[in-house]
Amino acid sequence: MNNNRFADNRAWFLVLPATLLVAFSSLIPFIAVVNYSLQIVFNMNTHSFVGWSTFHDALTNEEFRGALGRQVLFTAIVLAIEVPLGIGVALTMPRSGRAVGPIMVVLALPLLVPWNVVGLIWQIFARGDIGLFGAFVNNVLHINYNYATGSVSAWFTVVLMSVWHWTSLIALLCYAGLCAIPGAFYQAARIDGASRWAVFRFIELPKLRGVLTIAILLRFVYSFKVYAEPLTVTGGGPGSSTTFMTEMLTNTAIGQFAYGKAAAYGLLYFLIILLISYVFYIVLTRVGTSEGDQ
Amino acid sequence: MALIRFDGVAHSYSGHAEKPADYALQPMNFSWDDGGAYALLGPSGCGKSTLLNICSGLLKPSEGRVFFGDRDVTDLSPERRNIAQVFQFPVLYDSMSVYDNLAFPLRNRKVQRSHIDRRVREVAEMLDLGSVLKRRASGLGAELKQKISMGRGLVRDDTSAILFDEPLTVIDPQLKWRLRRQLKEVHKQFSHTMIYVTHDQIEALTFADKVVVMSDGEIVQVGTPQELFERPEHTFVGFFIGSPGMNFIECRIDGDSAVIGERRVSLSASQANAAAQAGSGDFKLGIRPEFVEAARPGEGFAARVTAVADMGEFHLVTADLDGNELKIKLPDAHAHIQDDTLHVQFPSEWLCLYHNERLIGHEVEVAA
Repeated sequence: MNNNRFADNRAWFLVLPATLLVAFSSLIPFIAVVNYSLQIVFNMNTHSFVGWSTFHDALTNEEFRGALGRQVLFTAIVLAIEVPLGIGVALTMPRSGRAVGPIMVVLALPLLVPWNVVGLIWQIFARGDIGLFGAFVNNVLHINYNYATGSVSAWFTVVLMSVWHWTSLIALLCYAGLCAIPGAFYQAARIDGASRWAVFRFIELPKLRGVLTIAILLRFVYSFKVYAEPLTVTGGGPGSSTTFMTEMLTNTAIGQFAYGKAAAYGLLYFLIILLISYVFYIVLTRVGTSEGDQ
Repeated sequence: MALIRFDGVAHSYSGHAEKPADYALQPMNFSWDDGGAYALLGPSGCGKSTLLNICSGLLKPSEGRVFFGDRDVTDLSPERRNIAQVFQFPVLYDSMSVYDNLAFPLRNRKVQRSHIDRRVREVAEMLDLGSVLKRRASGLGAELKQKISMGRGLVRDDTSAILFDEPLTVIDPQLKWRLRRQLKEVHKQFSHTMIYVTHDQIEALTFADKVVVMSDGEIVQVGTPQELFERPEHTFVGFFIGSPGMNFIECRIDGDSAVIGERRVSLSASQANAAAQAGSGDFKLGIRPEFVEAARPGEGFAARVTAVADMGEFHLVTADLDGNELKIKLPDAHAHIQDDTLHVQFPSEWLCLYHNERLIGHEVEVAA
């Protein structure tokens, strides 16, 4: 019987389509990127092997470090604003009644808009001359605001746009989490004399832990790969003040045709995302087990 | 002394009620004695939980006033009433330790730290929670969790009544007995008034000194388990309490006897009197399956047997008597059944007479 165990291996052919697909879409390009990252590529026929020096360059390079720093700062700022704001919105939403439907629709609207269209909307909305928001800030509040020339204005616009676009996601997820809390918890809290803050801190927040982890993970991923929105509004400027990782990568690869450098940047970017996603994965599975025993 | 008193209390979830069907809780006057152990028994949706939530203040009745002693508490919030409530599912603050869970109601009331510590340890000892005080509440079993929920009610010094809303639903059957016994001990030790909602009659009958039976938003009978069993004041109580429930046989009244089909059963003097006063209407005889006796062939009533189930200690006979289904518990059913016919008789001391579903002809029971 043992002799026949490996007699027929034709079943492996069933895996072949998937293997080919993964090879063409991910594996071979990835190997090519690793290959590029160790060379200086002038054109398809002229390239020379330089080894790890591209990575060394990347880590000491102002271009890479600047983009990474801005990226981390951007993600930190939008998470710090959107998560509390999303929870706050979810808490104020009515749990039942006629208003729920319309509120959900309004909340979901920004999520339905394509990303570059969001950029277009804000490019016009925030313009100082014809944009409602830009004109209001300049002419009514008398604050000098121009996202094309001022880097503070540009950052403000990009962050505000992200908050407008994505807070709904966190609000909707948290709302679903809040709706799942049985009424008895609130009733027990009333009998125990808990304040509104205590109800939030000891009932709602712990019960939201699962959905919040997912919401933060999603928002982390989305904000870390942000591309179309700031590109459409500021084009990464003024200067490179709103150039984030993806845009820097695209510029390096397609703008400067520096494939070797771009490949090294890309791999580092990939490793960072992998590392953070792994941390999230650990956290998520831990949440899973501690809720499983309830 | 009455602790909790309902004065014309009624509740309708729609806010305004015009006809009886609009009420989840029909208008009622009722008193819960201080220190009593009450079970509130009734089928799902009969208004038990509504009544309980009105006691605890989670719900403000749409009509009437609620008094604790002499104090009108109708408008007081739950935390300002000295009442604790245990819910169907354990309600815990997951992120806290058991100790913090127990201390929570006191901390919210800004009680001194040393006093909190003393109370928490007392309650923990009483409920056998001492060994888990430092553990996180979320990892514990359902029985312990439910005890913690109860403990949160007991830590407050001023708690005078504890309300239980089907608290043993999520507990394993073997553990139910243990927890119920612990409840009784707590009751004996502190003599809090306890109101225990359940739809499980065994739970109600073993826990309570007094059982309050509800149906369709109304209290239909209040009594000791024995009273409910022997003299159900309403056909619903007879049907609901007991396993199987009471038998009801339609009859008409002729002088001092009830007539079933062609045969007569003599009534007691008080029953005959009450029946005469009641005049027309729907009359039924009620008798427990336990009290129906087998008669010699030719005597009593001939019932056609449709099924005999062997329940171990007794046989449960299902029979048809003039279109009425009859359940009879007999130790030796087969000895009495001939050609699918069982002759039965109804001992008069266990025979209850109902007029329009209500017991008549018994002077003793008066609802509290």
